[in-house]
Amino acid sequence: MATTQTFGGGVHPHEIGNGKTATRSQLIANAAAPARVTIPMVQHAGAPALCCVKAGQIVNMGQVIGEAQGVVSAPVHASVSGKVVSVTNCVIADGRTVPAVVIDNDFEDRWDESVKPCENVDALGAEEIVAIASSCGIVGLGGAGFPTHVKLNTVKLDPKPDTLVINGSECEPYITSDHRVMVECAAQIIDGVRLAMKATGIKCARIGVEDNKMDAVEALKAAATEGIDVVALPAKYPQGFEKMLIYALTGRKVPNGALPGAVQCVVLNVATCAALSAAVREGKPLIERVVTIAGRVANPCNLRVRVGTSLMDLLDQVGGLTDGVRKLIVGGAMMGNAVPSLNLPVTKTFGAFLALGEEAVSAEESACIRCGRCVRVCPMGLMPAKIDALVRHDNYDGAIAAGATNCMECGSCTYICPAKRGLTQSCRIAKAIARSKKS
Amino acid sequence: MSKYIVSSSPHLRDHVSTRRIMQDVCIAMLPACIVGVLLYGYRAAVILALAVAAAVLSEKFYCKAAHVKDTTGDFSAVVTGMLLAMNLPSTVPYWMPVVGSVIAILLCKMIFGGIGKNFINPALAARAILALSWANVMNTFAEPAFGNLAGVDAVASVTPVSGVASGSFTLTQLMLGNIPGTIGETCKIALLVGAAYLLYRQVISWHIPVAFIGSFAACYLIATGFDVHATLYQVLSGGLILGAFFMATDYSSSPATAKGKIIFGLGCGLLLFWFRYGKKTPAEWCSFAILLMNVASPLIERVTGAKSFGEVKK
Ligand code: SF4
Ligand code: SF4
Repeated sequence: MATTQTFGGGVHPHEIGNGKTATRSQLIANAAAPARVTIPMVQHAGAPALCCVKAGQIVNMGQVIGEAQGVVSAPVHASVSGKVVSVTNCVIADGRTVPAVVIDNDFEDRWDESVKPCENVDALGAEEIVAIASSCGIVGLGGAGFPTHVKLNTVKLDPKPDTLVINGSECEPYITSDHRVMVECAAQIIDGVRLAMKATGIKCARIGVEDNKMDAVEALKAAATEGIDVVALPAKYPQGFEKMLIYALTGRKVPNGALPGAVQCVVLNVATCAALSAAVREGKPLIERVVTIAGRVANPCNLRVRVGTSLMDLLDQVGGLTDGVRKLIVGGAMMGNAVPSLNLPVTKTFGAFLALGEEAVSAEESACIRCGRCVRVCPMGLMPAKIDALVRHDNYDGAIAAGATNCMECGSCTYICPAKRGLTQSCRIAKAIARSKKS
Repeated sequence: MSKYIVSSSPHLRDHVSTRRIMQDVCIAMLPACIVGVLLYGYRAAVILALAVAAAVLSEKFYCKAAHVKDTTGDFSAVVTGMLLAMNLPSTVPYWMPVVGSVIAILLCKMIFGGIGKNFINPALAARAILALSWANVMNTFAEPAFGNLAGVDAVASVTPVSGVASGSFTLTQLMLGNIPGTIGETCKIALLVGAAYLLYRQVISWHIPVAFIGSFAACYLIATGFDVHATLYQVLSGGLILGAFFMATDYSSSPATAKGKIIFGLGCGLLLFWFRYGKKTPAEWCSFAILLMNVASPLIERVTGAKSFGEVKK
């Protein structure tokens, strides 16, 4: 049986405003494809893709428009068919300006000839599955966007991984996109998990889902085949963080500074598994994803959106913003990026768009009262108050010695602090300094 | 400029604020204060009011004089004032709570940088200074007279702590609080109701009170050859319950980690046992035990530093 221990600490931000209820029981709808898409060449961790089309060129849906550069990289495909208007730059959610291809949609949805279903999936070997994940531009849809083919390629690993950890916990408040995918596409996820097991040679897969999504647990259990366990985990943030999830499902602790491979695990997100299945069976590259749109919008919902759709177009489809919006957030309320404008494209790693009001505006910070709450909630067992004090006294070496570089920036400490101190922010500063010292 | 706020994550904050925590502490101390007034008459109410007013005003004054942001809105000065008054007998002259609060706020809190920076509990430190300076006054207790708001002039000859050996009071009396003592320490029922509220609201955790009372009781049991009555008598007399739940749990002057809190509580309990056992002193040692541990707290925190999640045993 799978272990169901849980990490120490953690917080319950979903109890605030309870944003998930607005969207959790609605079917995923298909967003209308926009008249124009702006597709960034950076939608994954690793080297940016290199644009391989020119202005004026006609492209098909699913055609490669950006080629992967090196191993840790992923190609980018056209999400509509139509004419390339320009090859330019655009700003993405984390504030970076990156190369992008702008395409005018001809609304023909003409698939590229390279996109064709696989005749005999069972005949595919591990290498072929890895190659398909790579050529279809599959990346982690959970947020970090690490290229999936790199994770699946376990040939050179020693020791060999023995557990495939599948992340369906979705611990961020407001977001329900993975939840809906698990309920509606359970069979496709399980298929993806089996393909990933084949590609990695791992015999045992465990899917961790928070117990506030029992319908998803049931759906996955019904679809699961041999070697795949579905485990309900206590709903608490940050349950969906790689290290916490591995611990919950296997009892193993990833050492500080190491990757999941160190404890013989490979971690994939549920939506990534569904995308892998679509890529292998139907030959479909990753050109759309499910996005939760919630908070202060007229009709909160989950939409299946083409990559490159602008936030403006997306909002038109949900009836626009309602009153009192103070912050626009791409991704989760705990980990996401606040963005200054709606002039941003949806990318592969874009799990949610939230329009939040006063609830997202922090009260003014005051002195630390040494209440110990931050220490209690830190899932990494750090003392955020201490790190914060050291950073504010410019004692970065002290902060690093206090473990600042092990901070996962989950935000639990800042969330809980009654003095409203920017503790996560201080850890980020210490981490940045540590990085700059190393290089 | 964008009309939307751009700041780094996380974007949500818990509802709990410093002010709410301090208000919770005030709420938790109210039952004991009310019973104190019922037991010892209007003087108790006046002392409470004077201590709170003096605490808030001296913090306001300090902030003005030092040109820093006025922090009295966080209610921590109210907590200090209330705690100090609860630790005073109802017989003290009215200038005493005022002087005590000024000492607590100015000398024991603001001088160190205000809330969170004080290494000792301000109310306790002020009480200790008063006790050392005016020992007689601080050890004169009124006889309780429940419901008689005019108060009684009768001065008690025995207090539970000094009357330990003779066992001058019943356990029921100790629970109800109709015994001589300071304003806020005698009614254990009211104190325990407040403590339960603090635990329920997660303002305090169980570690310090359980380790404190537990270690004290364990020592007493062993020392007396498992005399349960004598041990309970000890636990319920003096300021132990008030101290363990409301004073030793002060955030700034106790360790932040769970392990540190347990060591801190153990230390308080052992010290108190050492101070109290077999001695017939009228003085209340509980606050001294806590103060001593306050001083040791940074050291405890250093040696019990948190162990991070991914720290692997080699
Ligand atoms: S939660 Fe905030 S106030 Fe409490 S110890 Fe941590 S930093 Fe200080
Ligand atoms: S210190 Fe880092 S890991 Fe710990 S709670 Fe804060 S953000 Fe999360």
